[in-house]
Amino acid sequence: MNAIQMTGITKRFGDLVANDNVDFELKAGEIHALLGENGAGKTTLMRILYGLYHADEGDIQVNGRRVSIVSPKDAIHNRIGMVTQHFTLVSTLTVAENLTLGEKGSITINKRTIEQKISDAAEQYGIPVKPDALISSLSVGERQRVEILKALNRNAKVLILDEPTAVLVPQEVDVLFEVLERLRKSGLSVVFISHKLNEVMALCDRISVLRLGKMAGTVVKGETNKTELACMMVGHETFGVKRQGKAPRGKVILRVENLSLRDKKGLDTLRDVSFEVHTGEILGIAGVSGNGQSELTGILSGTIKPTGGQFHLEDRNLTGTEPLQITRAGIGRIAEDRHASLVGELTVAENIALEYLDEFVSHGVLDRKKIHQNAEKLIKEYDIKARPEDRLRTLSGGNMQKVILARTLSREPKFVLASQPTRGLDVGATDYVDHRLLDQRDRGAAVLLLSEDLDEIMSLSDRVAVIYEGQIVGILPIEEVTREKLGLMMCGSIGKQKT
Amino acid sequence: MENIFIVGLLAATLRVATPLIFGTLGELFSERSGVLNLGIEGIMFLGAFVGFTAAKLTGSLWLGLLMAIIAGVIAGLVMALLTVRLGVNQHVSGLGLTLLWTALSLFGFRMIFGEPSVMPSISTFPTISPFEGVPYLGTIFEQRLLTYIAFALIPLVGWIINRTRFGLNIRAVGENPEAADAAGLNVYRIRTQSQMIGGALMAVGGAFLSQAMLGAMSFGIISGRGWVCIALIIFANWKAIGVLWGSLLFGGFFALQLALQATGIKLPYELLMTLPYIVTILALTIAGRNVSVPSALLKPYQRE
Repeated sequence: MNAIQMTGITKRFGDLVANDNVDFELKAGEIHALLGENGAGKTTLMRILYGLYHADEGDIQVNGRRVSIVSPKDAIHNRIGMVTQHFTLVSTLTVAENLTLGEKGSITINKRTIEQKISDAAEQYGIPVKPDALISSLSVGERQRVEILKALNRNAKVLILDEPTAVLVPQEVDVLFEVLERLRKSGLSVVFISHKLNEVMALCDRISVLRLGKMAGTVVKGETNKTELACMMVGHETFGVKRQGKAPRGKVILRVENLSLRDKKGLDTLRDVSFEVHTGEILGIAGVSGNGQSELTGILSGTIKPTGGQFHLEDRNLTGTEPLQITRAGIGRIAEDRHASLVGELTVAENIALEYLDEFVSHGVLDRKKIHQNAEKLIKEYDIKARPEDRLRTLSGGNMQKVILARTLSREPKFVLASQPTRGLDVGATDYVDHRLLDQRDRGAAVLLLSEDLDEIMSLSDRVAVIYEGQIVGILPIEEVTREKLGLMMCGSIGKQKT
Repeated sequence: MENIFIVGLLAATLRVATPLIFGTLGELFSERSGVLNLGIEGIMFLGAFVGFTAAKLTGSLWLGLLMAIIAGVIAGLVMALLTVRLGVNQHVSGLGLTLLWTALSLFGFRMIFGEPSVMPSISTFPTISPFEGVPYLGTIFEQRLLTYIAFALIPLVGWIINRTRFGLNIRAVGENPEAADAAGLNVYRIRTQSQMIGGALMAVGGAFLSQAMLGAMSFGIISGRGWVCIALIIFANWKAIGVLWGSLLFGGFFALQLALQATGIKLPYELLMTLPYIVTILALTIAGRNVSVPSALLKPYQRE
């Protein structure tokens, strides 16, 4: 009999099938990893188990008994607890107050009594927390332990942790693992959602791999290895490469040296990142999102100041300069969030002129005619399905992206920074964007392509760098790249070791 | 002479502070649960009207006060219906309800009393004097029971908010309703209850003006005291004890303004009238730097 048995779970969000006929079983007293890339359906499956989503098909058994779980209350009643990525703690209350929240009983609250109760529980489970501390004064790791204790306090026998290490510094990861080991000994079952192979291999008893919403298989730790898991995660398909020929390697356009960034919480989000991009070359940066890509693009766009290192465009040091200067120096940006680089209420023509308004000014007043003519020309050139006077928000995602391409690429930048340029686009638009990037390369520009889409990276790049936990773990020429190798590097199991 | 001036000033301070304490404590319940109740000005007016009218018609001041409380609870319930259940913008609902309660009260007054040449009046709540005969103290503390209740409510409300389960629930839904919901609390119910309690306190503040201070009902009876309470809650940093200092400060300057007028100092009386408000603004700019505003204030909660 399994602690949890999920059978034939299917969950659709509109056209997207997030879980496709998934079976999942959790034995009592095991730590079971749920492994997969971003968007593979791991979190969806567990949110269904915890009652945050409702499955369209399939059923759930707890201890061999079929149950209906339509809200977290039902899940708690069935002794299932979940620590989501977004913590649900009231930051102005103390640990003890948070844990007593929602309990029935006495009208008044005796601080000493509830704090004593919590420290007893904390001791029993071996989870170090300070009962009288305000949540706002705790580190992320401590808050996570409070969340775990909260679930246990409600008698959870099954604990689901959604990417628990994503937000933790290494020392806190160690504390978390110790806590989980103790909980396993005391008979709890744990579902550990992750995409990090090292952690999964270090901690878990069995591993289930989800890929594109389907269950790729469940394996016992002793009978598998990282290479096999990586294959299960990323699949074996090969795709037609669009890239033509090998461009002669030109001079260095962008030189990045030892860029580092420590965020406000003291986490190192970038560590000693160094690479070069040459003319006529696309350097792809592969990685699971949240490993420092946003920070890297932020620094190269001038919106984030690095705490160490520098970057040069040709011979000019642009570290720490403003976005305007960076654009003027010849860096063209295709930003991660296209809605953040466009203004929905302005027209297409205005949006195209936006980054270079100085050039559309005569005697201190905007030259509307010039803006309009410029837009008409680029709309034709970039095949944008809109009129210059249309409000930008009325455009489809693909056409919005074309507006950005037109704005950025028409300036013939020396260096193109393309961050997730095809995210959320349909096949046609994706194809268009990819071809435009290849055009830039052929023109002689240096292109940095950051993408989570391995197929895109592999079909466009001349070289591929892999980023993991803020570090470049390796740079490979495209001839040496295989999906398996990238998969392993993205999960941090080959390449440089943590320092 | 000087002593009489100061004693009178202190006595007036306590008197003027009373409706502010009721109103601000009412707003405290509302805002700590995450709802800015700009209907306070109207609810105080409603309380003043209902309290006065019921007392006039029944002849019982306490029955009048009870009716004012009931009216306040209903007004709080309406505010909760709009902002908590339906998630309507809190600014718009509050201002709209202020207009509604004020207009309804005036309408009711016309319906009941017509347009009398002599305005109807009632005898006010009597004063009690625990220090009768003691020089100075006797005069300063010759106040109505409601004033004593108001000051006693401050530590009581502080205790409820900080030391009871109900208060913990209010703080939780006002700070992080998602977390409260996840903990199994009914966010809507707790916010609605807070609105009802808040409305009752605001209405008592209004009724104090008509039933204790004035003994009559007039159009300008509240004259912005509700808005002052909105400012005082910021000054008080959303804490009960701060309500005490804020009300005394504002009450003190209001009383000073009244006293200066009475002494016949040659200053335009309109200028004196602005004094308490100027002090409030100054106090806010100083106190406003270190505010701990409830995180979920103004945010309607909708489940995903």
